[in-house]
Amino acid sequence: MSRRSAAIVLALAAIALLAAAPFYATSFTITLLNYIGIYALVALGVVLLTGFGGLTSFGQAAFVGIAAYSTAWLTTAEGASPWLGLLFALASTGLVATVLGAVTLRLGGHYLPLGTVAWGLAIFFLFGNFESLGRHNGLANLPPIYIGRLSLEPTAAIYYLIWAMLIAATILVANLLESREGRAIRSLRGGVVMVESLGISVFRIRLITFVIAALLAALSGWLYAHMSRFVSPAPFDLRMGIQYLFMALIGGSGHILGAIVGAALITLLENALQDALPLFTRDGQQLEVIVFAVIYVLVLQFARGGVMPFVLRFVPGAAKPPIVAAAPLSRRTMPERGTSLLSVERLFKRFGGLEAVSRVGFEIKAGEIVGLIGPNGAGKSTVFNLITGALTCDDGKISFFGQDITRAGQRRIAEAGIARTFQHVKLRPKMSLLDNVLLGTYTRTRAGFFRGALRLDRQEERRARFEALAQLKRVGLGDEPYGPAGNLPLGRQRILEVARALAADPALIILDEPAAGLSRVEKKALVDLLHSLRNEGVTVLLVEHDVEFVMGLVDRIVVMDFGSKLVEGTPGAVRANPLVQEAYLGSVA
Amino acid sequence: MTPDIGLILGIDGIATGSIYILVGLGLVLIFSVTRVVFVPFGDIVAFSALTLASMQLGRMPGTIYLIVTLAVVACLVETGQHLWRRQPQRIARGLFGYGVLPLIPAAVAFLTAGHLPVWAQIPLAIALVVPIGPLIERIALRPLADASILLLLVVSVALTFGLSGLGLLFFGPEGFRTRPLTDEIFRFGPVVLSTQTILMVATAGIFSLLLFLFFEQTLIGKALRATSVNRIGARIVGIRPGNAAALAFLLASLLGAVSGILIGPTTTLYYDSGFIIGLKAFVGAIIGGLTSYPGTALGALLIGVLESFASFWDSSLKEVVVFSVLIPVLLWRSLSLGRVDEEDHEVEE
Amino acid sequence: MRPLLEIREFHVAYGKVEAVRGVGLTMQQGQIVTVIGPNGAGKTTLLAAAAGLLRSRGQVIYDGVDLERIDVEERVERGLCLVPERRELFGDMAVADNLLLGAYARRRHGADVKQTLQQVFARFPRLAERQGQKAQTLSGGERQMLALGRALMAKPRLLMLDEPSLGLAPIMVREIFHIVASLRQLGVSILLVEQNARAALETSDYGYVLEMGEITHQGPSAALAHDGRVVTTYLGGTS
Repeated sequence: MSRRSAAIVLALAAIALLAAAPFYATSFTITLLNYIGIYALVALGVVLLTGFGGLTSFGQAAFVGIAAYSTAWLTTAEGASPWLGLLFALASTGLVATVLGAVTLRLGGHYLPLGTVAWGLAIFFLFGNFESLGRHNGLANLPPIYIGRLSLEPTAAIYYLIWAMLIAATILVANLLESREGRAIRSLRGGVVMVESLGISVFRIRLITFVIAALLAALSGWLYAHMSRFVSPAPFDLRMGIQYLFMALIGGSGHILGAIVGAALITLLENALQDALPLFTRDGQQLEVIVFAVIYVLVLQFARGGVMPFVLRFVPGAAKPPIVAAAPLSRRTMPERGTSLLSVERLFKRFGGLEAVSRVGFEIKAGEIVGLIGPNGAGKSTVFNLITGALTCDDGKISFFGQDITRAGQRRIAEAGIARTFQHVKLRPKMSLLDNVLLGTYTRTRAGFFRGALRLDRQEERRARFEALAQLKRVGLGDEPYGPAGNLPLGRQRILEVARALAADPALIILDEPAAGLSRVEKKALVDLLHSLRNEGVTVLLVEHDVEFVMGLVDRIVVMDFGSKLVEGTPGAVRANPLVQEAYLGSVA
Repeated sequence: MTPDIGLILGIDGIATGSIYILVGLGLVLIFSVTRVVFVPFGDIVAFSALTLASMQLGRMPGTIYLIVTLAVVACLVETGQHLWRRQPQRIARGLFGYGVLPLIPAAVAFLTAGHLPVWAQIPLAIALVVPIGPLIERIALRPLADASILLLLVVSVALTFGLSGLGLLFFGPEGFRTRPLTDEIFRFGPVVLSTQTILMVATAGIFSLLLFLFFEQTLIGKALRATSVNRIGARIVGIRPGNAAALAFLLASLLGAVSGILIGPTTTLYYDSGFIIGLKAFVGAIIGGLTSYPGTALGALLIGVLESFASFWDSSLKEVVVFSVLIPVLLWRSLSLGRVDEEDHEVEE
Repeated sequence: MRPLLEIREFHVAYGKVEAVRGVGLTMQQGQIVTVIGPNGAGKTTLLAAAAGLLRSRGQVIYDGVDLERIDVEERVERGLCLVPERRELFGDMAVADNLLLGAYARRRHGADVKQTLQQVFARFPRLAERQGQKAQTLSGGERQMLALGRALMAKPRLLMLDEPSLGLAPIMVREIFHIVASLRQLGVSILLVEQNARAALETSDYGYVLEMGEITHQGPSAALAHDGRVVTTYLGGTS
């Protein structure tokens, strides 16, 4: 039995066990399972948001609450069907999440979670103060959900709906993560400059991820409201919001099943503590909180990955599908050789008291290989960052293909056909080589969130994967496309960045020290690769320190020193220039 | 609203704002030196007021047990870590710092409980509460000193849980209000000022000034600033981040304890009241960008005044108003900053 | 004579990737030793790990003491100081404060510190002129002087300099190397990492070539400066 079919059998067995639960378990167990399912839906959103997207929210309980109150109000005050309530709950939660997200998601780091604490509190206080929402008493007598004429009032009946929705949501999220936009979500962790340089809108991806997480919370809130048929502010307070986050963290936010595992562990532990603590002490409730706090802190100190990594050691990983030949992705028409491609005029950039780039100008023609050289700190990487939009210049002009891109921003510059690598390698070390290169195809593919989640993107996905593998093979990294990128030696990580840049089908490729850390043989292979790129009409601009390497490779050299352009010319002319001897090769005398 | 009421609300808001200033400065101090967004900081404020209230009632303050619990755990962590790193010679010093020192005020309070002169109660209450910050830092945060800001924030939120549980355990569920230090009242025409108000504003002013002098004039103060400006830079001149963190928590705890003494007579406080106080001060600190001391002071004052007017408008919605203010503040910050500060380090210069 | 610094079988890794692999290096009291090599060879990593900023395997023996359990701060107290590639100045603080903090490890010798400060100002008059200015407003050359001055405030016995010529105009490069050479008269030994190989070899007594994390060549600097392969790769000579 292959590992893939073993995993499928295991999953089917788990589903069968769950499906049969009402026939062998007590109704108390089913109630517990219902809560686990409802919590797991919220935690699933947190896993997507935190574990994959690198965003942290303490405010998910507020979204659960908005949905629960929405459906409660519509079904009690207006007498609407719970299914209408579901639509209303999703719409209102989605709207609130979009507004809150639009405001806070541009701020990275700690501002977002702090913002979630604040709105979590604000929304909670709001629930308790609205007359039409029943103030602190809440709303009672919600109708149960009906499917046709089948009432889901009994515990064992709504159980099936809860778990069916949970399993469906888990599968959709898992599909999404394996798609084009899902890879973009996974790339969010660890710095946004690289992500934007691939033409991905970090803000858009963050916002949609955030809304998806809120909608999962909304689904949970709707189920909760019609299961308990009563809503009051208490279950949606900040404490609960924090608990959802910890469910995901303890289960393991790096894995999609971490949500279910974490929800189950915390629910069962809470239940066990409520049974056990009163036996020892009168202060059971206080101690429960303390026990949880201790567990949370210990998990964060000693097992940041949560429980899932330990579980996964005993479960065979699913085998990776082979990559099959597919129609190539469409390519851009390369500019005609010899026409002006990139022109940089009087570029100026200052950092504090430091003039990093002062009035640098040069031009690159299509089909050339141009080397930018100069001592460390001469401002070469800053020039690259200015051209690609990672930094904005204080003065000067950059045009590409005759189009002014001086302030276009990284994303539009990437779409225009400039791809780059970084001086300090920016990969996603835990993602596979293939996924890292697939990120490069983002601007050449179209599949959105829906197509990804419903697996309607498979044809395009096959083409993208085939392209990515081809680029990996081309740079000599095609042996283990599924290995994690972080395991490569540093030199090869640079080469992997080259493959990622090539996957974008650039007209101009900008390489920052591609040969650093490579052996002589590997350097030779890189020279051959760059020559073959030139033959295809790709223009190359690179920074490199190995003088021998540069001289043998490029058509033209621009020498920078101390933020300014020193000389420009053919390798031979540059080498003979006494100014270069003096500044770059550095004589003391 | 008449101008008179506006004036009263404004003065009231400035008084509350003064408390938020002290708390906000403590939060910024901790954040800039250790990168910890210390969410449970408000608890220190509440615990300080509750400690004084217990003393005034002639009871044994629950703080003693809290400190003993924390000190025992901190000593275990400290010893364990030195053994693990095979540096047993450092254990004695650690036990002194985290075991003996914090227990001195606790021992004094324990032995004198019930017959302490009134004048000694306030300093003792402050001394009792001050070790809480450094002890928590040692137990839960120091082992994670290299973690991301985000992870530190999550831990700090978990600590909030734990501390509120401990608070309930040691202080019980009842609320207390301490006796006012004086109840004299001054009148300047239509303006009525209570001594309590003057005391709050003056204390906030004095402590802000002292903090400023500490940072500008002392080498230790400069070392703290250096740690917040550049941690690697601080290490290579010999400033230990752990020591800087302990000092930052100590000073912040002092600010928190003083705030608790000041706020005690003005409102009834419960074991968990600190959370909301802390968060409001946070909103003020975020207005200041979490790094600027003057900005934080201004933001905190603004929150105090806003809260005062909001509670006049609808007292049940004042929390909603104060926390909702954060959203436009964040929006303003995101538009004015353009980019997040973290990202600047990502692009090599 | 007992060497001042001896590094043996030194390994430094970032996660699973080793950046420094089995490096050995020895230097005597009063020497200037240089490590040259291409970008990405592990030079900066080597210095940062020797200073104690990164975890490493292998031995660092300084002044006869194994530094394994001695942290960065105590290494500074013992006179082992680093001037890192990124300078790591306190940008938001005044030049004078940056310098005073440089002597943080000697904070119990107040009068002595004042004297050192005067010496540093005498050596770098430009810093004296700008002592009230914030460090972040300084130019590249001034920043490098401040970084050097701050390290000197600790009265180092062994100074580890990472790319002191980085980003400096030729005239500044000359000045900086002049200062480096003159530090020897103070009795300071120097471990110099440089990408400007020629200048480094002309200033130093002994040199190591680091490539892909390993020492590939070593020898007296004068000899290395004439070694065929070193010349082609790092000194830009024609092959």
